[in-house]
Parts: sequence; structure tokens; C-alpha cells
Amino acid sequence: MSELSVNHLLGIKYLNKQDIQLIFETADHFKEIINRPIKKVPSLRDITIANLFFENSTRTKLSFELAEKRLSADVINFSASQSSVKKGETLIDTVNNILSMKVDMVVMRHPNPGAGVFLSKHVDASIINAGDGAHEHPTQALLDSYSIRERLGSVKGKNVAIVGDILHSRVALSNIYALQLQGANVMVCGPKTLIPKYIDKLGVKVETNLIKALNWCDVANMLRVQNERMDMSYFPTTREYTQQYGVTKNILESLDKEITIMHPGPINRGVEITSDVADSEHAIILDQVQNGVAIRMAVIYLLASKIKH
Amino acid sequence: MSQKVLLNSIEVNIILHRLACQLIENHKDFTNTVLIGIQPRGKYLANRLALVLKEEYKIKNVQLGHLDITFFRDDFRRGDKTLEANTTEIDFIIENKNIVFIDDVLYTGRSIRAALTAIQSFGRPNEIELLTLIDRRFSRHLPIQPNYRGRQVDAINEEKVIVNWKENGNEDSVYLINN
Repeated sequence: MSELSVNHLLGIKYLNKQDIQLIFETADHFKEIINRPIKKVPSLRDITIANLFFENSTRTKLSFELAEKRLSADVINFSASQSSVKKGETLIDTVNNILSMKVDMVVMRHPNPGAGVFLSKHVDASIINAGDGAHEHPTQALLDSYSIRERLGSVKGKNVAIVGDILHSRVALSNIYALQLQGANVMVCGPKTLIPKYIDKLGVKVETNLIKALNWCDVANMLRVQNERMDMSYFPTTREYTQQYGVTKNILESLDKEITIMHPGPINRGVEITSDVADSEHAIILDQVQNGVAIRMAVIYLLASKIKH
Repeated sequence: MSQKVLLNSIEVNIILHRLACQLIENHKDFTNTVLIGIQPRGKYLANRLALVLKEEYKIKNVQLGHLDITFFRDDFRRGDKTLEANTTEIDFIIENKNIVFIDDVLYTGRSIRAALTAIQSFGRPNEIELLTLIDRRFSRHLPIQPNYRGRQVDAINEEKVIVNWKENGNEDSVYLINN
């Protein structure tokens, strides 16, 4: 159990339980390292990593870049808005051009589902999927589970509700796979229009009543309503969405037990959660961000150790 | 495969006491000294020495930490296996302290080179010394020598030195194994 079973991180779907365990144990060491006065280790000084972001990102991009730099890798950044993609270059051409500059690993976010899988079959570099459309966002799911493990001791047997816009969310799918691999029970909750048909086939409970979902769960992972991906109206107004699916301090206090609140960010304060919830001791949102760097360091380190000279 | 006993439990015990006395000679009451065991195997020797210092020589302020060097090694991606890390536990300040690195076997010196880099993440010590139970002389790749040594051994590269401790279920002993 000392190496990953995969050469790329394309999705949680391709990982096994031991892989997740190894990533978490490695992340524990990196978490200790990033809390030292000098937060850097020289492991990856001969590795070059390209961050290719064909879609906007703030925290994921920063988190990856910081993780790479803390491992001493050389980093190049690319964002589609300032590139030849606009001039009509294909994805494979773009990536091969970058790889010919001797890049060992590619971290890619792309609006099309499956872009990472496609790329891994055509180019000779280790690929990390940093989000592909509404498909997967594996490092987010890993850091979410890692944060649950840190807060509650383990993921196994815990009830986790994923609340909000499930339909447009890559975080939801990756989280479902990751949580189930580790033996958690998963529920999705949101308006019917934002829950994909047949999602119950993945073995998750489906609930449209927020209070019932919160009373069932140990952890609620609150997702943002992704207005930018909505091509039609999925609910009447934001105000009505908030009334039915927004978590407030009053709701939390009315529950029989204490639950943990997570959010992958960016938060729309006052829509899916109110400020007093986001800033309360129930929320581990900023822990998630800190754990994100440790998890990404672990993933990069473990994949890089499989790149041969 | 042949094996030869280099040290038995009585000899290990004598050496531990001698090393403890040598440390006391140089570091007095240890007010400005910290012991750092190099993970994974130096930890046992470091724990044992700290115990001898505290219980048998009544040194009160022995500060003990463990340093993992995995991410500072120079052979990342050179072997077939992913290098697995161990825990680092240093819950004191090392700035301006006198550090004694403790490891069971000094061989090529590469682990100590990595440890010298790794410890910099925690600050700037006053000085660093090296204590090792077994010193395999003539096999160094780097100009690193111990300040305190238990036993010097001439071993060829095909031979392996194995150190056993009570703590991992064996009798304290050191073997030379020839494959």
C-alpha cells in the first residue's frame, strides 16, 4: 500500500479505498509541514507542472499553485482567456505544445466533461483533473472527506447530505463516489429540478425537504447555485430558493443534534447559507481550504513519484 | 545468507550508558540541548537514550523530538517505490539550540544530509552534532562523520547491518548480514 493504483487523477471513480487512505496519510504529513515556519520541501525540484485552466477558478488554482510551490516544483500557468485556444487551436495541440517544453504533469480544469480522460489517452504526462464540466472534481471531494475525517474522526458510517444544485455540480458527483468508497451514507437534497434523474441508481437517498435532510445528517455539504451554468429557469426566484433550501442559524438551532456545515466555495452569503452560519463554529469552510493545499500536495507527490526518469 | 552478531543486548546496554555519559560531558544539564531522532529507525535509539539520561542520570530537562526526512531525500523517483513518510514531532523551538541528531546506522551519510536540510524548516540552531550506534566507515558518499559513535564497523556494500530493539519485539542486538 505504498503507491497509488493510478497514474493520473481523473476522477474518484478510478480510485480505490486504499488510494484514498494513502492520500490522506500523506496529506497528514504535508499538513504538519505547511504549519512549520518554513513550509517548503524540496521533493519535486526536478518536476515541472503546467496548470491549464480553460475555465475560471480562483481558489482551486491558487491552492494547486501553492501546493506545487511548497513541493518545490516549477510551475507554469495558462488560462484559456489569454491563449491561442481563442484562435482555434485544439486541446491536444495546446497541451502537446506545452509538453514539448518538458512539462511532467498537467493540472487541468475544462468546461467539457471527460476532457481529462481524453487528454490522458493522447498525451504523455500525468494528468490531474481540477474539474471537468459537471462531471468530477476529485481533489475537492478528497479534501471534503479529509475535513470530515479531521472533524469527526472518520468518514465511515457518517451520514452526509449534499444540499443544493446537484444537477450542475461536479463536486456532488465526486463527493458521492468518495464518501461511498469510505463507507458513508449519502443523501442529496434540493429542488427536484436541480436533482438529476436516476441519481438514486448511484445508491444515494434523495430528499426534497431541507429540514428532513438536516435532521438525518451528521454533515451537510452546501453547494452553490450555479447560475452561470443554467440555461433555463430551475426555480422561480432566488428568494424562494433561499426560503426552502437556505440554512440559517435558527434552523440549525431547531435540530435535535449538532451538525457540521461544509461549503466548497465560493459562498453566496444569504442564499444557500446565511453569514451567521458560515462564520459559526459549525462551519469548517476555512479548514477545508487549508486542507485543500495538503491534499493537493499529497496527490501531486504521489503521482510525481510514479513518473520515471 | 550468513549472519554475525555485532552487539548483544549487554553490549548495547553498555554502549547506551557510555554514549549517555559522553553527551552529559558535553551538554551538562541539557538546558540548551535537544535530542532529535531521525525517523524511522533513529527514533528507537533516541527514545532509549533519553530514558537513560532521565532515569539513570537524573537529567530533568531532556527535550526529545523526531524528524522525518522523507521529503528532503535526494533519491525521490530513483527507486521503484514511492517513499513513505513518517511523523515529525518537534514541539519545541530549535532556534539557537544545540541539536544532537540520533540515528542507528551511519552508512552513506545521505540521510544525515537530508536531515540537515529538513531541520532548517524549524529555525537556525546554534550547532548540530551527530550520534550513531553503528558507524560503517569507508562507505561514506558525503563528508559526514559522527561526533559520538557506539561501534565502528568495517562492512562491505553487500552486507547489511540490522539493529533490533526490544520496542519492536526483539532483543536489543545488532547483526551483520551477508546475502
